[in-house]
Amino acid sequence: MKRTLAMMLSILMLVSVFASLTGCGAKTSINVFNWGEYIDETLLTKFEEETGIKVNYKMYDTNETLLAKMDAGGSSFDVVFPSDYAISEMIKRDMLRPLDFASIPNYKYVDEQTKNLAYDPENKFSVPYFWGTIGILYNKNLVNGPIDSWDVLWDEQYKGKIIMKKDVRDTMGVALKRLGYSVNSTNEAELREAKDSLITQKPLINGYYGDEIKDMIANGDAAMGVTYSGDPMDLYWDDSADFSYIGYVIPKEGTNVWYDAMVVPKSSKNPKAAEAFINFMLDPENAYQNSSSVGYTTPNTEALKRMREENPEIFEMDAYWPSEEMLQKSEIYVDLGEAKAVYNELWTEVRVE
Amino acid sequence: MRLLAWPYVGWMAVFVVVPLLLVLVYSFTSGDIHDVSTWQFTADNFARFNEPTYLKVMGDSFVLATASTSICLLLGYPVAMIIARADIRYRNLLLMFFLVPMWMNFLLRTYAWMSLLSPNGLINRGLQALGLPILEIMPGPWAVLLGMVYNFLPFMVLPIYTVLSKIEKPLLEASSDLGANKFLTFWKVIFPLSIPGVVSGITMVFMPAVSTFVISSLLGGSKTLLIGDVIEQQFTYERNWHFGSSLSIILMIIILLSMAVMSRIDRKPAEGGRAV
Repeated sequence: MKRTLAMMLSILMLVSVFASLTGCGAKTSINVFNWGEYIDETLLTKFEEETGIKVNYKMYDTNETLLAKMDAGGSSFDVVFPSDYAISEMIKRDMLRPLDFASIPNYKYVDEQTKNLAYDPENKFSVPYFWGTIGILYNKNLVNGPIDSWDVLWDEQYKGKIIMKKDVRDTMGVALKRLGYSVNSTNEAELREAKDSLITQKPLINGYYGDEIKDMIANGDAAMGVTYSGDPMDLYWDDSADFSYIGYVIPKEGTNVWYDAMVVPKSSKNPKAAEAFINFMLDPENAYQNSSSVGYTTPNTEALKRMREENPEIFEMDAYWPSEEMLQKSEIYVDLGEAKAVYNELWTEVRVE
Repeated sequence: MRLLAWPYVGWMAVFVVVPLLLVLVYSFTSGDIHDVSTWQFTADNFARFNEPTYLKVMGDSFVLATASTSICLLLGYPVAMIIARADIRYRNLLLMFFLVPMWMNFLLRTYAWMSLLSPNGLINRGLQALGLPILEIMPGPWAVLLGMVYNFLPFMVLPIYTVLSKIEKPLLEASSDLGANKFLTFWKVIFPLSIPGVVSGITMVFMPAVSTFVISSLLGGSKTLLIGDVIEQQFTYERNWHFGSSLSIILMIIILLSMAVMSRIDRKPAEGGRAV
């Protein structure tokens, strides 16, 4: 008797654990997994009010983290926001669901120039969300002379005041570009040279960080750091922040231009609701609000038009609207395939030194 | 009554034993993590650890963990003693001072240290206002050490306090009756009796300290890579579960070995105590 009771108890316990893991709500909901500080969160509420679909919102910090989470399985995401090279890996590995563009009518607002890019040549799987660059964000009070080259990140006079990104592609990319190589190099000798230069640089840097970099530079804890173009724009739009001493530059050697797009993973349980969310984000009004809130450049033609009318000054800024000449010198990341392991190994070596 | 342990046995089996076995299997195989048919037995994951890069990481982690455990012991023992000796009315209040910070999230506390220690942080602004030289430890190994000591100190104080508070007063009285001074009483009576608390304190501090990765990435700017960072990196970034698992197994073995050594120390003085 006791034995059966105990058995039943333990079974009951396991069942309840699994039941709570799978979870079952009557209301439709979608799991949205996005970069940190990468959406105007009031839009999520607006979407929930308009459609009655609940949004579970979570954040990640690098493409690699996103890929690892998706690879690990166990969680199902409905909309995620990977960058170019991560999208091509996902397509190659059959991780994405082709989109039904009939249920995304707002796709017509997407700038033709940002469609059919190399990572998704027939534009079957992705809808551009934002695009931008990588550059140097600096505090004008703490630098002397012009900041216009990646070399400045190796300048002795800024010892302890330089921050690099805790991201293998971005940090290796900067080192490669500075040496005049491609950010997509798979040449062993070039990669080793880049690694060695990062090791030489290590005593000069403050640390490797992520989203923290912007604040550390704004409050003067560091003089300069490698950031995405939205970081200076975020400070620009923030009325409580003083932008006068903030600078952002795309170094003359060129940089990485990236495109982040919305995609629906194969594991999505609710692709219709996911497409409704993508469509909602493409609405010109929402796209405008989002771009002016998080600071990145929108690929939405209507939102861009309004941006140009209301804020013409930002089209003079490298951070929002890089010049054609800059873009010419810059590259989009491509999926490294097998060479990923080499990058990871060199990156570990840099950090262990 | 014994049957009531069943749910716990079930829990342990599903959430402790099975995951551990999985880690063991991953550590001895290579291939696509989702496709068992591609798995092959290999010891390469363990051989890879033998590279200077990973040996250095392991060494650095042990040095930092040992340093923070020693500091926790040196700081924590007197504190535990003060609390244990305090008037019973204030004892709980004193303990509260120790426990209240632990109610806050660990990450939040570490972020707080980041803004306290940063070059333009609260501490440095205070020092500057007083005309003193500023503290340039953030980010760096000293800040990591400070973060570890701050976060893990309660784990040292609590077990030592528990043991100390159970020592019977008459024992101490007997010791002084027999002519021992305060130092001798401490060295011959109190300290030997508190060894079990010290041992569990050391274990409870050392284990999280040797495997932490949050503290080193926030307060160390990720410039010093610890073994916890490398393991985290394998799972959340490089997607190499096999290598990550073998590193975890190696770390586990080393921790188990050091615990075995510690438990020997635990036993010895007790026997010695009986002889006295």
